[in-house]
Amino acid sequence: MYRYDEFDRAFVTERVAQFRGQVERRLSGEISEDQFKPLRLQNGVYLQLHAYMLRIAIPYGTLNPAQLRMLAFIARKYDRGYGHFTTRQNLQFHWPALKDIPDILGHLASVEMHAIQTSGNCIRNVTADHFAGAAADEVVDPRPYAEILRQWSSLHPEFIFLPRKFKIAVTGSERDRAAIQVHDIGLHAKRDADGNLGFAYYVGGGLGRTPMIGHLINDFVPVEDLLSYTEAVLRVYNLFGRRDNKYKARIKILVHETGAAEIKRQVEEEWARIRHGALALPDEEIRRIEAYFALPGLSPRPARSIVLERARAADAALATWIGQNTRPHKVSGHALVTVSLKPIGGTPGDATAEQMELLADLAERYSHGEARVSHEQNIILPHVALDDLPAAYEALAAQNLATANAGLVTDIIACPGLDYCALANARSIPIAQRIAERFADQARQQEVGDLKIKISGCINACGHHHVGHIGILGVEKKGEEFYQITLGGSADEHATVGEIVGPGFSYDDVVDAVEKVVDTYLKVRESRAEDFLAAYRRLGAAPFKEALYGAA
Amino acid sequence: MFKAAKEGPAKVITANDLRDGLVVFLDQNGGWTHDIGLARVLEDGPDLESGNAYAKAQHDARIVVEPYPIDVEVVGGVPVPVRFREKIRADHGPTIPYGEDERRKLAAGT
Repeated sequence: MYRYDEFDRAFVTERVAQFRGQVERRLSGEISEDQFKPLRLQNGVYLQLHAYMLRIAIPYGTLNPAQLRMLAFIARKYDRGYGHFTTRQNLQFHWPALKDIPDILGHLASVEMHAIQTSGNCIRNVTADHFAGAAADEVVDPRPYAEILRQWSSLHPEFIFLPRKFKIAVTGSERDRAAIQVHDIGLHAKRDADGNLGFAYYVGGGLGRTPMIGHLINDFVPVEDLLSYTEAVLRVYNLFGRRDNKYKARIKILVHETGAAEIKRQVEEEWARIRHGALALPDEEIRRIEAYFALPGLSPRPARSIVLERARAADAALATWIGQNTRPHKVSGHALVTVSLKPIGGTPGDATAEQMELLADLAERYSHGEARVSHEQNIILPHVALDDLPAAYEALAAQNLATANAGLVTDIIACPGLDYCALANARSIPIAQRIAERFADQARQQEVGDLKIKISGCINACGHHHVGHIGILGVEKKGEEFYQITLGGSADEHATVGEIVGPGFSYDDVVDAVEKVVDTYLKVRESRAEDFLAAYRRLGAAPFKEALYGAA
Repeated sequence: MFKAAKEGPAKVITANDLRDGLVVFLDQNGGWTHDIGLARVLEDGPDLESGNAYAKAQHDARIVVEPYPIDVEVVGGVPVPVRFREKIRADHGPTIPYGEDERRKLAAGT
């Protein structure tokens, strides 16, 4: 894994000292809230419904055991014993006191973590495929390039005050697990016919109140041009992105209003100017960063594990979990493990201090010191030997972390919603809990198969509802919570924005409505091989509309 | 100085505490309370205006952050927020258990 160099260490330490002074001056009255607010936001500190919230950056979702243990320590000492993993692969604490936040940031700095650029109109934490460097289907490990982008974008003076926030995601597989087409820039790392490394650039994707799928503006930018091309995109955006209207300020609006072809022309004109300058990546620097992400020394093992086979035969629950929550690893005899943070009836993405410590122990013991946060709000143990799976399962199950639902109907993304968030109009978490309880039966979930439900408590779409196979958007209508259902969305390599199926449902009725949609799918699918999204794409909304609202 | 709360629609002033961020309400004595039941109930007009001016001064004096009035219905002498968002704030936390409480709830249910 990447280790901080002297530059990282110096700027994070300086920033903690600087913020400590800012908090002191705020508390002593030297600066007003109006003056302080932009400063706290630049350090990830929000004021939400009940309390301050601190959002901590987890670059490309990668955590080591020391970091997980520090998050657990902070949760216990300064918060209420838990944290919330987000759809941006970050972690949020929902209850820190302002006076304690400088100390929290000091603790984080000691394990190479910070909260810089987790808020404000800057380049946010770069996200990546959570199976990076381990998935059997991967072509290129995206993390070294996410790290290069992190270094370039951290405190980049030109891009601290963009028209609006800016999110970059990177994948290195054909199967997109990083939702790159709904980011401001989505990068698909790939190799050309000669084996050269480069990136496809999708620009202008995003969710929020105006969901858009990114446009492919260049299918292959060579790796040495990663920074110059990205900087050219940012420069065009910084210059021409709208600053007159917050809701039209994202690059997606600029691309939409200008046209992708013209944006490409502008970007490449700028790129031609800067391409051979200071941003050209030297080959040795690329190799140096890549070396940090070398696969840990995993020795290939037999593809079949006798230990695992015996345990599976003896324990049906283990067998189900293996089938649902593990994926093939590039090294024989290993697996990628998805640790579900979606226990039936629980809060999606929450983990207690004790659970974080267990994850740290398991990462250390079984996964070469690595854990990842997925944008689907689960934790990944990326390098587990098949022989170790039964023991890992047993330890996880003891802490209610072995729910066998990765990718199923109960593996729901939900934003914090009106239970925590100052922007929300309706609750998300209890909707997710009630849907999960409705579909709790393991056999039924598996019969339904792959189905992504995503819930947002307001139009800002932190819960990615536009790209849920079933999306749920909470709104406020005449003082009551109300929920709109969208169908057919997808954030994968065939990204699609879902369509609103019809009038919304009350808090009480929305779970029944979701069940009707799922039952309709079971009736109309051609076979079990046709998953929900495929059936929806074949049939359109008609059968679902009829089930929900009766014949037209 | 303060009138007793009448039944029916009224206002209270809420904010977040500067130091710990928690939800507070302007109380009868010009202080801030976590308990909406102890909040000063205000009527529209000069009463609310003076309350708002006082709260703004408390914001400027770095006691609380961004105070604002909310609609309440006084029932049995106790102000109850009208908007659901403010009900959730007045209840000091999410409508669902969290952290260790959630784990206990899930353990009990299985």
